[in-house]
Amino acid sequence: MRAVSDFSRRDFLNATATLSGGLILAMTLPGRGGKLNAAEAGAASGAAGTAHRSVSQLNAWLKIARDNSITVIVDRSEMGQGVYTALPMLLAEELDISLDAIQIVAAPVGDAYINPGNGGQVTGTSNSVQDAWDKLRMAGATARTMLISAAAKRWQVDPASCHAERGTVVNAHGKTLTYGELADSAAKQPIPKDVKLKPKIDFQLIGKSQLRTDTPGKVDGSAEFGLDVKLPGMLYAALAQSPVLGGKVQALDSGAAEKMPGVHKVMTTQSGVVVVADHFWQALKARNALDVTWDPGPNVRLDNAAIHAMLKKTAAAGDGLSARADGDAAAALKSAKQRLSAAYYLPLLAHATMEPMNCTADVKADGCDLYVGTQVQQVAQTTAATAAGLAPAQVRVYTTLIGGGFGRRLDIDFIPAAVEASKAVGRPVKVIWTREDDMTHDTYRPPAYEEVSGGLDAAGKLIAWKLHITSPSITERMFPPVKGVDDSVIEAAVNNLYDVPNLAVSYSRQEIGIDVGYLRSVSHAPNCFVIESFMDELAAAAGKNPFDFRMQHLAKKPRQRRVLQLAAERAGWGKAPSGRYQGMALMEGYTTHLAQVAEISIVGGELKVHKIVCVVDCGQMVNPRIVESQIESGIVFGLTAALWGDVTIVGGRVQQTNFNNYRLLRNNELPELYVHLVDSDEAPGGIGEAAVPLVAPALCNAIFTATGKRLRALPIGTQKLQKA
Amino acid sequence: MITITVNNQVVNVDAESDTPLLWVLRDHLGMTGTKFGCGMALCGACTVHVDGAATRSCVLPLGAVKAKSITTIEGLSSDRSHAVQKAWLEIDVPQCGYCQSGQIMSAAALLKTNPKPSDADIDAAMSGNICRCGTYPRIRKAIHRAAELLETGAAK
Repeated sequence: MRAVSDFSRRDFLNATATLSGGLILAMTLPGRGGKLNAAEAGAASGAAGTAHRSVSQLNAWLKIARDNSITVIVDRSEMGQGVYTALPMLLAEELDISLDAIQIVAAPVGDAYINPGNGGQVTGTSNSVQDAWDKLRMAGATARTMLISAAAKRWQVDPASCHAERGTVVNAHGKTLTYGELADSAAKQPIPKDVKLKPKIDFQLIGKSQLRTDTPGKVDGSAEFGLDVKLPGMLYAALAQSPVLGGKVQALDSGAAEKMPGVHKVMTTQSGVVVVADHFWQALKARNALDVTWDPGPNVRLDNAAIHAMLKKTAAAGDGLSARADGDAAAALKSAKQRLSAAYYLPLLAHATMEPMNCTADVKADGCDLYVGTQVQQVAQTTAATAAGLAPAQVRVYTTLIGGGFGRRLDIDFIPAAVEASKAVGRPVKVIWTREDDMTHDTYRPPAYEEVSGGLDAAGKLIAWKLHITSPSITERMFPPVKGVDDSVIEAAVNNLYDVPNLAVSYSRQEIGIDVGYLRSVSHAPNCFVIESFMDELAAAAGKNPFDFRMQHLAKKPRQRRVLQLAAERAGWGKAPSGRYQGMALMEGYTTHLAQVAEISIVGGELKVHKIVCVVDCGQMVNPRIVESQIESGIVFGLTAALWGDVTIVGGRVQQTNFNNYRLLRNNELPELYVHLVDSDEAPGGIGEAAVPLVAPALCNAIFTATGKRLRALPIGTQKLQKA
Repeated sequence: MITITVNNQVVNVDAESDTPLLWVLRDHLGMTGTKFGCGMALCGACTVHVDGAATRSCVLPLGAVKAKSITTIEGLSSDRSHAVQKAWLEIDVPQCGYCQSGQIMSAAALLKTNPKPSDADIDAAMSGNICRCGTYPRIRKAIHRAAELLETGAAK
């Protein structure tokens, strides 16, 4: 994604300054550790005058009330990756408070909340902790310094003689004032220019596993996802979208639907036909009774073979745009003692979040309240504004908990219908997609055709590498314009970590007529599959053990060597029990270094995955237990995709409709997982996506060891696994 | 009006009798802890107890539950004190959390009939509940922990 702004330390102070205007009136919050629900948030924003409690806002991320309740404003969307825990931990560390003393609210749209790494207020690319690492510790330290200044002033003592301790400021005589008692005057203190951040040795929270703040609401049903938003007078809507992707409504007979119980309105919107009713079941039944004639549009002959042919044809037309060129790969290939070439193919994938797409909008004359699980608050705001005919500033975005993001909620295609319908009926409307709507109208992970060549010298050392990727661009549609190479398709190929003196990576863009989107471990999954599979192909050609071959090309990569070494040790590399076979993969991505070893067996052509060992060096960890769970999560996600992930298209229609034909891994199919986290003082890396890409190559490398058969297309699915 | 019993309360619902219990709970009764995932009893996000048995509410018409006793995640306990909820909190199971009401209801039903389940028992009872985040290792751990809590009397 493009960077549209930079967030420097100076900007932090500016953002802080504009927000720290002293006492503000704010919303009523539920009890300790509670989250503001959407209806309460909406009421509070509209009617500050009816608020019940005085609260001081010390900066963009922190409010302290007179009753000592502390609210942390989290500017990244919680979709399971743990930002409602890890981000507050950073601030709480410097403020010297415990996590259970805070309440959490989702940030509104605001410049202070821009993630410069993503060019906007965006939760994605696994960089929430990297972005927040300095920013939120600074926010905590700045607030702490201001609280101490306020206390010192009141006591008429030197601030240096006071310190913060568990939500209070303590002076040399042991006197204390609580943060709540100090917040009002603290907010009026000048913003300190130089604040000291704690050294690692003093960390009380960071690096120590803390219970997640969002778990209580997720075990008693009270956690509020987008689907759960309740507003007074709210109606429900179902949406009919063109069964052929890219089609449009040509004619509509809604007579029967309109007469059905509870139906308020049937209307054609930019997203399709919306049926608004008192209850969702009524809306759905009426939607199914619609008689829509669809103009199928340009994709009526699109299928997987056509997509494959398009990509292959463009690939054959030339190397495309250069993304990296070290040395002279073409010449080195020519002079190589041994040359190897292969073509790999990656299929379309669906996000399949457990919570289907949904959005609730409440359009009024002077504005719109939008309640939505989104990863892109600003884009959601402008999308709703356009649909409502309002200015962006008139749209208030309330981000709910997200029942699975994986990049799907970087898209905003589920927003306009709710806004248009609410505007038309003059009441809040919640649009809910069914599972079938969701599966057949995803913004799919793009397919990729990847041609790779490698050259070995007489000693079996890799001297040339050439990788040409042909794929649609994701970023061109979502964050246009892309000038030349789309990083989100080839980034991981460009960052090839092996020592190869002559290395070329290039990209040809070929659109396929349907919308493609970012999916968890965006370019890393396809690129890592190709690189790590082909490294094994080259190792075999060189007559070397895949472990030794990789190590031979990692001379300048100490962190990579370490994770690979550890993974080999933990997995007992080369010591698989009889009938079991191992495969490995290595990756550096999101500033995180990982190695995986998969252990499989194949009996009667049936693959069984027994064990996956994953060693992770993600730098300084904030909450190791969340890191571990994200790595496990990534492995399950990667395993699901490697085994079965395949969206097929016939006549422009997606064939997969629900979990019976888009298979997701179930608990009885889970292999043994061993996650080993490396203790590290390096800067924090990302962990939400990092483990996903290694699974497919590790598995396919193990399958090669078992059968001699090289799988160069995914999913493994029904491919024949007998000995070649 | 159709009268049903949810979490030991008798309630009157003004909905067509073919309305799935899921939508009655969510839209009519405002109990949104029970989730919509697939609408075809394929994922388990909508799991509730009907006369004590784990049941997918997305395919269960209102008309079929008139004389039944329904328990939802909101009725499992009033204070997260059910053994399964306590274990879930202790092990910190959820990630996105969307499927977890269903996971917890399936686990609670399992422990009612099998207070000391093996891994194989857990696989058999829980394979109808999909978790896209992949919390399966922790779900298994938490079910064993809940069984311990029950055995030692630390929770009900």
